[in-house]
Amino acid sequence: MAEFWTGFLWPLIIMLAQSVLLMVILLVAIAYVLYADRKIWAAVQIRRGPNVVGPWGLFQSFADLLKFVLKEPVIPAGANKGVFLLAPLVTCVLSLAAWAVIPVAENWVIADINVGILYIFAISSLGVYGIIMGGWASNSKYPFLSALRSAAQMVSYEVSIGFVIITVLLCVGSLNLSDIVEAQNGRFGLFNWFWLPLLPMFVIFFISALAETNRPPFDLVEAESELVAGFMVEYGSTPYMMFMLGEYVAIATMCAMGTILFLGGWLPPAPIWPLTLIPGVIWFTLKCLFLFFLFAMVKAIVPRYRYDQLMRLGWKVFLPISLAMVAIVAGVLQYGGLAPK
Amino acid sequence: MILPALFFYLFAGMCIASALMVIAGRNPVHSVLFLILAFVNAAGLFLLLGAEFLAMILVVVYVGAVAVLFLFVVMMLDVDFAELREGFLQYLPVGALVGVAFLAEILLVVGAWSIGPGIPRVIASPIPEAVTNTEAIGLVLYTKYLYYFQAAGIVLLVAMIGAIVLTLRHKEGVKRQNIADQVGRTPATSIEIRQVRPGQGI
Repeated sequence: MAEFWTGFLWPLIIMLAQSVLLMVILLVAIAYVLYADRKIWAAVQIRRGPNVVGPWGLFQSFADLLKFVLKEPVIPAGANKGVFLLAPLVTCVLSLAAWAVIPVAENWVIADINVGILYIFAISSLGVYGIIMGGWASNSKYPFLSALRSAAQMVSYEVSIGFVIITVLLCVGSLNLSDIVEAQNGRFGLFNWFWLPLLPMFVIFFISALAETNRPPFDLVEAESELVAGFMVEYGSTPYMMFMLGEYVAIATMCAMGTILFLGGWLPPAPIWPLTLIPGVIWFTLKCLFLFFLFAMVKAIVPRYRYDQLMRLGWKVFLPISLAMVAIVAGVLQYGGLAPK
Repeated sequence: MILPALFFYLFAGMCIASALMVIAGRNPVHSVLFLILAFVNAAGLFLLLGAEFLAMILVVVYVGAVAVLFLFVVMMLDVDFAELREGFLQYLPVGALVGVAFLAEILLVVGAWSIGPGIPRVIASPIPEAVTNTEAIGLVLYTKYLYYFQAAGIVLLVAMIGAIVLTLRHKEGVKRQNIADQVGRTPATSIEIRQVRPGQGI
């Protein structure tokens, strides 16, 4: 019995507690990220943005949450009921599941698995199912068209994200996320991080992340001038909120992934005295927020792409460049004697 | 020790159940969704074996890409299963015959199967701690099996080129956007300044 307690039950309780803690912090952070997104967007357009609920509108996201939860969920008569309700769940659960392997500081990770980066890649490639299932189960034209668009878009940009990940892995020699961050640790602080040697890949990663999460300027999925509101036209109340939540958590995951791959994760920007005192989780959060700020600015500034331009960018520009970069990086590492052991 | 066994039965049971639902489902889209569930459970079984790299690749390739295409095709095709079932009884004897023949073959092959004497020892030996299984695969794939690996790659490349050649079509009279032309425009080639007098037009 004692062995059962120490060997099985206790680790289980610790893991559950860690997961709940991470999820609560993440969801509260998402509420404010959503608020920040709207505020930044408003500021660019010289509007005020949400400013009524709470001081400076700080509780706006929670008011929205209450509104969504208290509304009546409507399921269209022609919809495929099971799949219709499963779709937002799939989106939400998958996007949260990716956070199990993300190290927010040194050793601060729920599951430190060997193939962490592949796990995130696999989970984010599953995200497309929520959209396809939602679009198909609605049994309506616009959601279906939007689901087809989004599936093609996400599959296309996954290819270039895959190559970006490969170049980083070549420089690291491991698929473990903590190892990827440690490999960027060096004397020159932020100049040791991979954004500098792999600058073109960082740019490609950022743009592909926008496309992968269906953010503007690549939000063809919910282009309101063409598709009403995309695959979630038929959704309302809690299921709709779960789609939105899943979308924003996916954006946060992409920011975290960019931070880990290119911005040195929890490492301070310079390994000198006052900066090293600040805990790693703060640096990690700051870097994620910086990337999210870029996401928000792009949304506010850049006009929407046309669908054929989007496909051209993915297949004819990013794919050849990233393929060539894989070969170049591998060559430089091999013949420059820089390859990791 | 009980936990891995528990998860094994969970994954294996789910895998078989969802595989059954693939062929028993009335709606083809549901069938594909159950197929995806079967893939994910198979990935879980790989994880229990300690083959985490294979598990992740299975999810990325089959679930993330191949099954999406299946789903695409099944959603676009308007398959009427009632119509397909109409001739069911007519073809039943032939189908049953093929099935029985196939089952007999499998039984013959599996019945005569003997496991090599060295294999049980290999299976029983513990997974080495120092080498992660990504590294282990890389070490044999790019040395011992390099030519097979390259040959597989070339087969896929040929298939890809074939698909592109079959579907590529240049229609006459269709306006296409040429980005290089657009970017290459200068004020000298695209702007003409005219003096327009009032009341005359160009």
